Amino acid sequence: MILVFSEDDETALEALANGRELADSLKSELAAVSLGGNEESYIAYGADKVFSTVLEPHADSIVEFISMLIDRYRPEILLIGGTKPGKEVAPRVAQRLGVGCATDCVEFSLEQGKLVTRRYVLGGRFIAVQRFLRNPQIATVPPRRFLKKEDKTRKGEIIKTSFKPAEPKVQVLEIKEKGPGALRIEEADIIVSAGRGFRKKEDLKLVFDLAEALGGVVGCSRSIAADLKWLPEERWVGLSGHKIKPRLYIAIGISGQVQHIAGIRDSRTIIAINSDANAPIFKACDYGIVGDLYEIVPRLTEMVKKRAL
Amino acid sequence: MPDIIACIKQIYDLGQIKVDASSRRPVMEGAARKISDFDKNALEEALRIRERHGGKVTAVIGGTKDAAKEALAMGADEAVVYEACADSLGTASILSGIIRKIKYDLIICGEASIDEYSFQIGPRLGEALGIPVAAYARKIELRGGELVVERELENRYEVVRAKLPALITVTKEINEPRIPTLLQILGASKKKITEAGHVKAEAGVETLSIEAVEMRRKEVMLKSVEELARVILSEK
Repeated sequence: MILVFSEDDETALEALANGRELADSLKSELAAVSLGGNEESYIAYGADKVFSTVLEPHADSIVEFISMLIDRYRPEILLIGGTKPGKEVAPRVAQRLGVGCATDCVEFSLEQGKLVTRRYVLGGRFIAVQRFLRNPQIATVPPRRFLKKEDKTRKGEIIKTSFKPAEPKVQVLEIKEKGPGALRIEEADIIVSAGRGFRKKEDLKLVFDLAEALGGVVGCSRSIAADLKWLPEERWVGLSGHKIKPRLYIAIGISGQVQHIAGIRDSRTIIAINSDANAPIFKACDYGIVGDLYEIVPRLTEMVKKRAL
Repeated sequence: MPDIIACIKQIYDLGQIKVDASSRRPVMEGAARKISDFDKNALEEALRIRERHGGKVTAVIGGTKDAAKEALAMGADEAVVYEACADSLGTASILSGIIRKIKYDLIICGEASIDEYSFQIGPRLGEALGIPVAAYARKIELRGGELVVERELENRYEVVRAKLPALITVTKEINEPRIPTLLQILGASKKKITEAGHVKAEAGVETLSIEAVEMRRKEVMLKSVEELARVILSEK
């Protein structure tokens, strides 16, 4: 059996697509863990079985429930959605069982019936190919990386599982939603980013103007967020800041340190504006222009505005 | 007065790791080593809690004595160093073995190391020790024998409460790690470093290969702002 869990429905469906492929190759069955309400969609997206229970989504209770299912059904593979809560649950389950866990796998394959995973390591510049030494083989599946696959004709079995978890060791006192106003740069389609090439904080207006003209959001490099503190950390793009995957990324006055490059790797198109022709960003971009950003950016903004009208 | 443990990993400076031209494997020789970024936040938070509540801070470090000296210069009272292991199951087992011999009320880890980004050690260690775990803390408050933590998740903040002893992992937003003064660096040499050395641990995952990722980008250089505007508008 391959078992899939995510407290985030969308991520669960994506992980089910991975699980379905693995289950078909292994001639194994695919089961999903549901905390109630989404059983039918889990079946339509690939599950043969859904273990359904009503549970407060506390990490402690989820760890306990999944461990119980593993004990009862002995799955050979456990795929967990790599959301923040998922990345807390997966290693805890793995530790209980004394097995390994591979975080944020970008590729899954099988060799002689055993799972082989690929994930980025060493600042995202390298890819590690790994396999597990014991079952269950536990991996987390990053959200919005894989495509979900629906088949409305699929049939499956819903298994209502009664489960009474122990009192959680960690109690939730309050939940504050971030709200629609909060910037989630990870989800932005167009990002215009500023780096050390800007001489003073006020000059960042150039970046905000261009971003506005393009309907995008403003990001920045480490030095702008962490060293100079001209912009808040929510705009920090890079491996230690936020990893992004926009359609269009424009790096202005950013030299392109490895950690920045690793954070923008999943962008579809990368454009760089920099006065230094030898800046490493030009080796990591699709289109580049060498020149003074103070001349280029205002003219560019004007052209974009005119074209958009 | 709480006894606090800060778990620290020493990593290679990622910008200084080179790629072997023929094998595409990473070359660590010549790369400087440093404390992983968020682990500095973990130590800083431990020091701030000690400043408010008293107690003692022990830094438990996977790495060399150099990292221990840095942690002691920042303000840790003592340090334990052990030989790091590449596997999360292995590291969590070694760490829990070391920590079981130390008196503690609170364990603080960085949410992840910036080389591996596995997010595993904190949750695994809490599980191994059988204590409450709250990951991704951006604010911590001790109230008597309890801990109140504000955790940052994708679309919400969660305020949670747990009884001590407990383990938290912290994000980079929680604080700004201090930079030790020369006096503190010199003073650190008097503090105690215990060497746990090499401890055998069972691994959970086997790494078959590590290879440099190829960045395939067009690298087209443009000559004019007009050209640039055209490209941007077509990609938009």
